[in-house]
Amino acid sequence: MSEKATPPPPASSPETIPSVAARLAFYQRAGGIITPLLTAVVAFFIGGLVILVTTHKNPLSTYRAIFDGTGLNWFFHVGSDSIGIPFTDSRLWFPWDTGSVAANNLQQTLIIVTPLILTGLAVAFAFRCGLFNIGGNGQFTVGAVVGVQFGIWFAGMPRPLHIVLVMAAATVAGALWAGIAGLLKATVGAHEVITTIMLNWIALWIGSYLVGFGGPMQDPRQISAPVTRPIAESSHLPIFWGNPLLQGLHIGILIAFGALVVYWIVLNRTTLGYQVRAVGFNAEAARYGGISVPRNYFLAMAISGAFAGLAGSIDILGWEYNLDLTEVQSVQIGFIGIAVALLGRNSAIGIFFSSLLFGALLTGTSTRNLDPSIFQPELASNLTRIIQGLVVLFVGADLLILYLWQVRGKLPFRRRGER
Amino acid sequence: MTAGAEAVQRVAERVSSARAVGILGIGLGALAFWLALPPETVRTTPVPVAIGILAIGAGIWSFSRGERKVGGGAVVSGLIGIGGAFLVMRATPSNLGDVFVWSTLAAATLRFATPLTFAAIGGMFSERSGVVNIGLEGMMLMGAFFGVYGADKAGSWVAGVAIGMAAGGLLALVHAFFAIHLRADQIVSGTAVNFLALGITGYVYNDVYGNEGTPNDLPAVPDVNIGWLDKIPPHGLGQFLAEAFGSLNLMVWLALLLLPVAYVVMFKTTVGLRIRSVGEHPRAAETVGISVYRIRYASVTLSGVLAAMGGVFLSLGFVNSFTENMTAGRGFIALAALIFGSWRPFGAFAACVLFGFSSALAQRLPDLSTSQSAAWPVLFQTLPYILTLIAVAGVIGRSIPPAAVGRPYKKQ
Repeated sequence: MSEKATPPPPASSPETIPSVAARLAFYQRAGGIITPLLTAVVAFFIGGLVILVTTHKNPLSTYRAIFDGTGLNWFFHVGSDSIGIPFTDSRLWFPWDTGSVAANNLQQTLIIVTPLILTGLAVAFAFRCGLFNIGGNGQFTVGAVVGVQFGIWFAGMPRPLHIVLVMAAATVAGALWAGIAGLLKATVGAHEVITTIMLNWIALWIGSYLVGFGGPMQDPRQISAPVTRPIAESSHLPIFWGNPLLQGLHIGILIAFGALVVYWIVLNRTTLGYQVRAVGFNAEAARYGGISVPRNYFLAMAISGAFAGLAGSIDILGWEYNLDLTEVQSVQIGFIGIAVALLGRNSAIGIFFSSLLFGALLTGTSTRNLDPSIFQPELASNLTRIIQGLVVLFVGADLLILYLWQVRGKLPFRRRGER
Repeated sequence: MTAGAEAVQRVAERVSSARAVGILGIGLGALAFWLALPPETVRTTPVPVAIGILAIGAGIWSFSRGERKVGGGAVVSGLIGIGGAFLVMRATPSNLGDVFVWSTLAAATLRFATPLTFAAIGGMFSERSGVVNIGLEGMMLMGAFFGVYGADKAGSWVAGVAIGMAAGGLLALVHAFFAIHLRADQIVSGTAVNFLALGITGYVYNDVYGNEGTPNDLPAVPDVNIGWLDKIPPHGLGQFLAEAFGSLNLMVWLALLLLPVAYVVMFKTTVGLRIRSVGEHPRAAETVGISVYRIRYASVTLSGVLAAMGGVFLSLGFVNSFTENMTAGRGFIALAALIFGSWRPFGAFAACVLFGFSSALAQRLPDLSTSQSAAWPVLFQTLPYILTLIAVAGVIGRSIPPAAVGRPYKKQ
């Protein structure tokens, strides 16, 4: 029996190149939780070196400051507090103080985690079909624009109905936007990386036109500001933790968790998911098995876009309440979604944890939460990008992980030999 | 002459006549647009529409006769002609005169095409050797920033160009290591490289220049002034040439010079043959003693250096400053131009000029609107991206990539 894990899949000929999805499936077999952890640790280590070399500051204290801004330290402050039970006057013992600064920061982190989960899913779902969706930004923008418009229209509708309507519209819009790339891939084989990037820029400029000065969606009462009218009260997402006036945590996070479950079910328990994964593993074999590859390309892209579009509307309904020009032009969430999906190995649980990591990084390095005397927030936010790039870089490296896997295989605590 | 040869000749004749009609269609589409512009400035809708429809008709005819590339081009050209004419007619003739100064537009087109050309030629080397280079964007960005940084610190634009190119090459080396040695997915690794470039340039930019931005007195890449162009008879032509080409940046000329050089290197030298053979069939190349890894490393690094030159031009030759993420997707447009141009230097350059023209137009068209508050000219910013979409969608014919592009190679 050979201890060597060969790169995926068992190639029929030496020239056969494993698809991205097949490679990732291999990681899941080979690395489990260890490789993503290792990837993150190495990326943070290099980030620490960058801090040390450029600013001569202690990386550990810098990371500590960032960590304190994320609100994740909230979990360490165990005390004896109480929370109110909804719809009653009674209170219940609860180990954490829900009103502290840390709690407030944690709410901010979770608000960012919400769209990150969804854009992560947008990348992951396409990935499972062997497609690389870099268009999360554009799909997010389209969702946000449609979300704002539908939130302004239909004012006075019953709240749950209005919210569902807005989200549905944004989801469909995102799906259609990504569907363009899917259609082009399915019909003429245009590479989705280029088409989705182009769609990002097209969405950015169309959004800028709609929201910007003199655009059809600009607030007529604020001629001097490129911003839309605020959405109707009836479409605001309910806030269940924290002060509604200070951007408390809205129920969007629960919707994102729901999306994780939906993602898992669709992928692992439905015919559609089976077909998508089959195409992702080996499009040629799937076609031979009677699966329509073009159809799955289109569907996978559309479903991906649906996730990202939903993310755009949730941000609008949850805390932004309107859309302004700078927001349209500086969307980055779709790109971070790539790192989230890759680090999370495209699994639901992995995406949960990696979105938490990147969400925390974003909150921790924001101007509001990071003390400039410890580390400049502008530097820190670019540090996040470097870490993000390193994560994607290392995730893509087969051999590095393969090498580590072989090392692990030689260690005495090896549990079972796979292959 | 045998019957078979005759048949071949007949087919060739038919194809070429279809081709001629298709080219005519492209010309008609351009004419439809041109008529609405100064100096003609036709103001009646039916004229450009009729000509545009003629162009589309010619395109369809040509397309159905097997000339897919030219025919598709004619259809697109007709559509753009009609659409463009419609939009232009909404503006007043005097405004139009301000926007459509052809000599200025030609110069602007070349200026916008230059960074794309550098990056596209760079991409050609990388992809011809079998490595997909999605990271062109990041390499351009590295060039753009470190060009400024070098020029600022060393006090000369030559050093700026050199340092920018080195930075791009270094980033390309990272991509090469992961794509070639570690056999990572080339698209993923290219994306990672783009992120890295965004982070690194943003980080150093904020660290060094902070809120003040790059200094105003950066040593810029000089313009090349050609005085004698003005004296070429007739006067109108001389004036046009002087305005269009008389004071272009040195790097614009370098880009134009790069084209024949790249062509000769790629298609007329041993090195080029090696690069192409590695990209088409690496195993066969290795069998005859070519080092696949070495060729690929060299090609990818060269692509980074060239892309970085495009970036340096953006920052030091064009706007003379650096802003975060200033490349704005140009690396990807260059990649599309490369695909559009079938991985050939002059084809890619033609596509770059097309994209450059649409960018130049998009930049100048906002002046068209009669009132300050009109927002629709912003939409012209989408033009280069939509054209790219059309190009990669292969509406205008398919291009065939190098056979082994995107496939990691394992040494035997």
